[in-house]
Amino acid sequence: MTAPMTGKDVSPGLEAATVVDAVLADLPRHRGVVVDSPPGAGKSTLVVRAAGHLAAAGEPLMIIAQTNEQVDDLIVRLAAEHPGLPIGRLSAADYLVPERVMGKASVGTKLPELGDPAVVVATADKWAWVGDRRWPWAIVDEAYQMRSDKLLRIAGLFERALFVGDPGQLDPFSIVEGERWAGLSWDPLQSAVAVLLRHNPGLPVHRLPVSWRLPATAAPVVSEAFYPFTGFKAGTGPGERRLSFAVQGMRTAYDLALEEAAASGWALYELPSRHTVRTDAEAVQAVAVLATRLLQRAPLTFSERGERPVTPERIAVGAAHRDQVAAIQAAGLPAGVTVDTANRLQGREYDVTIILHPLSGRRDATAFHLESGRLCVLTSRHRHACVVVARAGIPELLDAHPSADSVQLNVPVKFPDGWEANQAVLAHLAKHRVEAAPFR
Amino acid sequence: MSTLAALARLRALQTGTAKRLATVRHCHLSERPMVFIPLRLAGEAAAPLAAMAGTDPARPRLLVVPQPRDRDLRFAFTAELAEILLPYVEGLQKATETVERRGAEPYERCLDAPQLIVPNRGAVAFVHMLGRSTRFRRAEGPYAVHPSVPVLGRWLTFLAQRAQYPGSAVLLAATEALSLHWATGQSMLEDANLASLLGWIDPPAGMTGASAAREAEDPLVWPPAGPATDPGFDTEVLVPAIRAYEQRPTERAAARVGEAVRTQLEPTWGLMWRAIDLLGGLPAGPGTAARWEADRASFTNFTAQLAEGGPPQPKRDGAVGAASRLARMERAQASYDAQRAYDDPLVMAGHRLTGEAFTGTVVATDPDHTEGEGRGRKLRPLLTIRTTDPARLAPGARLGTPERRGQQAEVVEIAGGLVTLKIIKGMGRGKAATPGAVPEVGERVCYAALSDEFQPPASLPAPEDTPWTHGGPPPEHVPADEDPEEEWS
Repeated sequence: MTAPMTGKDVSPGLEAATVVDAVLADLPRHRGVVVDSPPGAGKSTLVVRAAGHLAAAGEPLMIIAQTNEQVDDLIVRLAAEHPGLPIGRLSAADYLVPERVMGKASVGTKLPELGDPAVVVATADKWAWVGDRRWPWAIVDEAYQMRSDKLLRIAGLFERALFVGDPGQLDPFSIVEGERWAGLSWDPLQSAVAVLLRHNPGLPVHRLPVSWRLPATAAPVVSEAFYPFTGFKAGTGPGERRLSFAVQGMRTAYDLALEEAAASGWALYELPSRHTVRTDAEAVQAVAVLATRLLQRAPLTFSERGERPVTPERIAVGAAHRDQVAAIQAAGLPAGVTVDTANRLQGREYDVTIILHPLSGRRDATAFHLESGRLCVLTSRHRHACVVVARAGIPELLDAHPSADSVQLNVPVKFPDGWEANQAVLAHLAKHRVEAAPFR
Repeated sequence: MSTLAALARLRALQTGTAKRLATVRHCHLSERPMVFIPLRLAGEAAAPLAAMAGTDPARPRLLVVPQPRDRDLRFAFTAELAEILLPYVEGLQKATETVERRGAEPYERCLDAPQLIVPNRGAVAFVHMLGRSTRFRRAEGPYAVHPSVPVLGRWLTFLAQRAQYPGSAVLLAATEALSLHWATGQSMLEDANLASLLGWIDPPAGMTGASAAREAEDPLVWPPAGPATDPGFDTEVLVPAIRAYEQRPTERAAARVGEAVRTQLEPTWGLMWRAIDLLGGLPAGPGTAARWEADRASFTNFTAQLAEGGPPQPKRDGAVGAASRLARMERAQASYDAQRAYDDPLVMAGHRLTGEAFTGTVVATDPDHTEGEGRGRKLRPLLTIRTTDPARLAPGARLGTPERRGQQAEVVEIAGGLVTLKIIKGMGRGKAATPGAVPEVGERVCYAALSDEFQPPASLPAPEDTPWTHGGPPPEHVPADEDPEEEWS
């Protein structure tokens, strides 16, 4: 390793700003611009900035998000960054305006009810019901989570669009078999961006190069495992973020795991190898105890935002399945701690996360459990540390189940491969392994 | 595999006989189904070798291609198949009923639809391939075929495409229909063998299912149900017979091939009708009629399309066509799942185990509970249910109930074995709930987070308005002589 070359070395902030400027400069030149954003790379900041940029040109703008929560978040940020900008929000009839959105946007179920705001924000589902108007500009947020059939329903509403999203997260899915369309360039089960780029290969694709969320301990791991060809780096350097405990530990396995996570950003709390049901009672309990113990230790974070205590709201517990989430909830978590599936944790940020490994205790590794996006979401939500709870034996399980999906003609090869990504993450976690306490 | 299905399989293994996975039949069974057992030439995707077809168990029709590599003979085979299938299909088009619709013109719907029953998944795929290889053929021009061949191709394609809709019954694979209702003590791969599956479900007297299934694995006793043939039969019997025909294409040589394949088809023919009898012995679930109605409507539509002289179904879906088919398939899947659970306590038990549904006793009700003030005041009856099920539902989740279809309830709270619900739909529009709409204290009820309610999706653009993101409007299709050609042929 060589010491950073001061002077020639570009700061992460400058690097990111250069990309954002390039995106804004490309907007008028192309019909569509795609921006890939790794976890916490300032995607929302870019959307808000681009919205202001486009609105400043005096052209009406539509913003398409995927969930109502994302729409509300965007409105709050837009209102904060551009106080004078009139914002409209289209919603379903049974939508209750949350407090944080009140007074920041005109809300209505139909366009005429909104007046004529410069920016209208709604979910893709809602936009599909808005006919007979054409916007010069659209911004599609979380475009990789949007199924291409949704884009087909609304693409007639805009002339040009900026597509922003994270290619490493979970792909959209369907409850039916989609083999019939495999290989078609407009396969409705592909993401909106995949279909867009297959039909318009000349569109510029920009990549945000810096993750402001992930600490220096996590960015290289996540980047190497899930973004092997388009890496990114952390916005903070080693040692700039620290996690410590105000309360002394007792050298139990739980405490050791938490201390390992505080010191290195990662911990693997490893239970003995065993095939279990999905709601593995021991693993579920370990997750719950770790969360409780974490709060008992009165954790403190030091970062570019200053020194702050870690409150329950800043802790998340993640799992692959809904029944696992329910089981963890039933096992007793401290009030205020978020617990949810990978699908629902997408786009959210916490200080510390505790996750139940999707392959823990399994006999087989199905495509669902191997999907790289699932593990990517779970291992990239934290600003400080991530504790993984798993049964031993996952590397052996992976070796016994190499990905062997049948090859379909004309289907572009997708990277990263879930199997390989899982191996990469496990190889790193092995360095931060703490053996579980014997179960009583 | 659900926990319940795994348990049933273990029990089947332990006792040696198949265990029921359903209390009612979840697929419609026609009064006059057509059984179709196709065989194809080994190593070819869609080269028919022989088939046995018919609607009468006592009178199977045997169709044979004495030299399957000869394309003229192949299309002679399909013309012969058309003679069997087309009269069957056309006979069902005549009787119709008038369907009244709210806000739309009434329309005519056929009273019945064709039902083709094939042995397994492979045969379904073969029907699809046979349809594809015949529907673009023409009665004039180069390589002309009998005019019935392209019509047959369109019907086979209709059946195969309709079969992709969850819950459709126009083209059933016997092994899949049986596996939906019975669990065996063998693997799912082995269940794809019709003979051994039936061995488990209905073993001959004096035998256990396990031993009957083992015996069924001998291809000399029970030849494979197709479309692939037994390799031993191929080398020892079929190849010499075809070679003899090749050298002297006489009637006798053709008959020799025919007799050879008959030995392979006849055992399966018997199995197919046994499978139909077994399925017919189960009472039909209430939802099957509704799903069959959708099949009938689809059949009626396609009949009309054919009568109007529309082009054959395209090889690939366009962007808009794919999206609209996906929406329809997803809707069919959701309602199929919900209907099966509501029709069958054993299927519901699977959902109860995963926490998506629960059964319990009503311990308290507040039938006159209201929410909101003034004109916005709404009746929202409350009920509290005691349950021992591991209900894993979030507050706000929408639930339905098999006891009162059309009713919707919302979870208010779940705590310590007590679930509080508020009824939000299907309790009447008056100030008080309709009598019987709110369960009484002491009543046993079941609620599930499954719904077969239909929310129409937002409209799609017309194909000629396909946006730039999806490749723009597709070029107009002009029928051409090259249509039947495939990239790989």
